[in-house]
Amino acid sequence: MSDHNYTPQSKLGKWFNDRLPLLTLANHLTDYPTPKNLNYWWTFGGILTFCLITQIVTGLVLAMHYIAHVDHAFSSVEHIMRDVNYGWLLRYVHANGASMFFLAVYIHIFRALFYGSYKAPREIIWILGIIIYLLMMAAAFMGYVLPWGQMSFWGATVITNLFSAIPLIGESITTWLWGGYSVDNPTLTRFFTLHYLIPFLILGLVVLHIWALHVPGNNNPVGIDIKKPSKDTVPFHPYIVIKDAFALLMFLILFALFVFYSPNVLGHADNYIEANPLVTPAHIVPEWYLLPFYAILRSVPDKLMGVVAMLSAILILAALPWLDTSKVRSAVFRPLYKQFYWILVADVLILGYVGAMPAEGLYLLIARIATVYYFLHFLIILPVLGWKEKTLPLPLSISEPVLGGSINLAAAKTINDKEGIS
Amino acid sequence: MSEKKDDKKTNRRDFLFTATAAAGAVGVGAAIWPVVDQMNPDASVKALASTEVDVSLLQRGQSLTVLWRGKPVFIKRRTEDEIKKAREVDLNELKHPEKDEDRAKNPEWLVMLGVCTHLGCVPLTDKGDFNGWFCPCHGSHYDTSGRIRKGPAPLNMEIPKYEFVNNNTIKIG
Repeated sequence: MSDHNYTPQSKLGKWFNDRLPLLTLANHLTDYPTPKNLNYWWTFGGILTFCLITQIVTGLVLAMHYIAHVDHAFSSVEHIMRDVNYGWLLRYVHANGASMFFLAVYIHIFRALFYGSYKAPREIIWILGIIIYLLMMAAAFMGYVLPWGQMSFWGATVITNLFSAIPLIGESITTWLWGGYSVDNPTLTRFFTLHYLIPFLILGLVVLHIWALHVPGNNNPVGIDIKKPSKDTVPFHPYIVIKDAFALLMFLILFALFVFYSPNVLGHADNYIEANPLVTPAHIVPEWYLLPFYAILRSVPDKLMGVVAMLSAILILAALPWLDTSKVRSAVFRPLYKQFYWILVADVLILGYVGAMPAEGLYLLIARIATVYYFLHFLIILPVLGWKEKTLPLPLSISEPVLGGSINLAAAKTINDKEGIS
Repeated sequence: MSEKKDDKKTNRRDFLFTATAAAGAVGVGAAIWPVVDQMNPDASVKALASTEVDVSLLQRGQSLTVLWRGKPVFIKRRTEDEIKKAREVDLNELKHPEKDEDRAKNPEWLVMLGVCTHLGCVPLTDKGDFNGWFCPCHGSHYDTSGRIRKGPAPLNMEIPKYEFVNNNTIKIG
């Protein structure tokens, strides 16, 4: 927010802006120069912002009816479903909203992986994103505990027991997290408090995430640096605003399909049974968005190492800008990386699938192979690719491949075909 | 700021800085501790530390599950066969070597926390490869002494503090 010499037209506006430059900020956001070749994979930032706001608004009103007590939590959720005006809608939007939020965030993350958006100078944006993702998982997990069904209770038990794997102090930490000797009322009330808090932490981090984005500006499908503003950019408003709004509408159709036609398909029937500390459900599974990491946890036969592997699988992403040694950002110009990228996508999907299956026999074997490959991708393949891979020639500017007639016509054609730029 | 020449020598100001920082750190620590410690088990939770169970109706081979401190406790009245199996195991075969004699003082009665030492699920009784307990969550098999034999759990199921108040009553905790 530096290259700005904005003066409001009205006298009042100028008076106000001299004292609090909010109008300068608004002007920056509308004029913000954006690469003109952004495709629809770039619309998920806006979709995610929408998801966050939706979760905060629906969560706020649900909290007006929910009672965080082991004796009342389960029935208060049923009370919301049956008695509260539109309570069923609000709860289904909130519950499915979490799934939609993760769907969007996974697309957002994998878009960054494909186009190398995590590379210099955007490392801080990426790391802030990983922290947001971690907080999202914490918020989702604690939110899932609140209805106090069987999956809530046993999910909470399994996840909090992960901390008991820490040598020496593990047991004390687990007791401290529980506020007792098992998951019980003190656990429920603190999870409710934190579940309420975390979205606002995420909101703050989103502001930093966008702030950090606006320093270098957006990456783009070609992955080259652009001059801004120039022939390569368009102002954020109206061009990107309209595109984002259209993508959001498409996304809302999917969202509405879940909420109105299959609101429980992503949940577990066991969670409509009230929590019972004496009976563990036959098959405990987390929500779908945590399954790949759950598969990694279970694929390691040692308790501590399983927890370490699971956490590393997430934290390794933060080191990605330094693990990927290639100077070329976009996979469009990295023929080998592009293949490994799709193998990674398949690997994560496979992990997600076996995470939902019992950890035995063939499933366990597949989970182990997929876990090893996951780490192999980040720790070996990416660093080696950086200096082994022969990348395609990069265009000089975004306009060049679009307008054609350049020495890089072959590369330009590839982009046109792949990205649908016209 | 101008006295750059003797910045290597420790002077009164350095001492004051260090002392202030140390006092500040202690003060911040003292202020944070109550905020952290409030999350530990409170007095009312600790007060529920013991429970008495009537086991007079339990036949040999049967077991009972009671809730103690929010956790299930298995009370199993073992058969001769189960005791024999538990006692003749070679300790070297065990992941967490413990004698059955130490786990069940009175061989007929096995009292232990029904909590899998992997991630805290409740194992199923009389199931698994060793006819003891089987945890459905991540596939840990326990023997008739509640010792871990197969699967990801690192330890045997825990034996709580308990005593026979009389022939029919066990006090746990």
